[in-house]
Amino acid sequence: MEEKILELERRIKRLEATKKKDQLSMVVFSGELDKLLAAMIIATGATAMDMEVKLFFTFWAISALRDKEKRTQKKELTSKMFGAMLPKGTSEVKLSKMNMGGAGLAMLKSLMKKKNVASLDDLLQTAGELGVEINICEMSMNLMGFSKDEMIDYPGLNYCGVGTYLADAEESAMQLFI
Amino acid sequence: MSQEELVAIQADKLVDARGTACPGPLLAAKKAIAEIKSGEVMEILSADEGTKQDIPKWATKKGHEYMGTVEESGYFKIYLRKG
Repeated sequence: MEEKILELERRIKRLEATKKKDQLSMVVFSGELDKLLAAMIIATGATAMDMEVKLFFTFWAISALRDKEKRTQKKELTSKMFGAMLPKGTSEVKLSKMNMGGAGLAMLKSLMKKKNVASLDDLLQTAGELGVEINICEMSMNLMGFSKDEMIDYPGLNYCGVGTYLADAEESAMQLFI
Repeated sequence: MSQEELVAIQADKLVDARGTACPGPLLAAKKAIAEIKSGEVMEILSADEGTKQDIPKWATKKGHEYMGTVEESGYFKIYLRKG
């Protein structure tokens, strides 16, 4: 009997160790407004469902986290050029479809206002207040020619590598790639 | 709960989220429910159609009782009892 209980206790411990957390782990890869909006709406919505939210910003998406006002000391010329060609912050990101040289983008933004849809800036601020963690992939940030000193002031901003994302994703009940 | 019964409810907390689209009303509801006690009733006003489906799902997950929805012109009222 006692042995059975011990065996059951061991099994429960093993199950608890592999149990997924009520957590959302999301790779935010795309740098277009529509996709970033979707990512941030899901992220903030998930906090309302009381989920922990961890975002892994990589490649094009990092452009949106650049602060337009901040200047940076870049050394490499190619990095400088690449960085200059990419959007600097939320106000410069385009649409993935129907951008039409900015006309479609302007239309969408005016529609969002009319329909009370939060802007990307508002969503980022809300996410920060709600404790959404943003992890920036350091390797792709460097590759895109960005540096830490030009990133926005965000309460839960960290820099990491793919290992952090994988560790977070492994323990999350939900994973997304946008 | 019938529409008449819902309309007669005196909510302990009123949340007017008509000025926000998804996920605004859900976030407002989450914030407001922390301010009432278990057993008290919260009324959420929203003009966002998706919220009608979202709030009951959220309530079920959080263990609150979804009491029902009353349609008004251009918006609706959702009633919840905190679990």
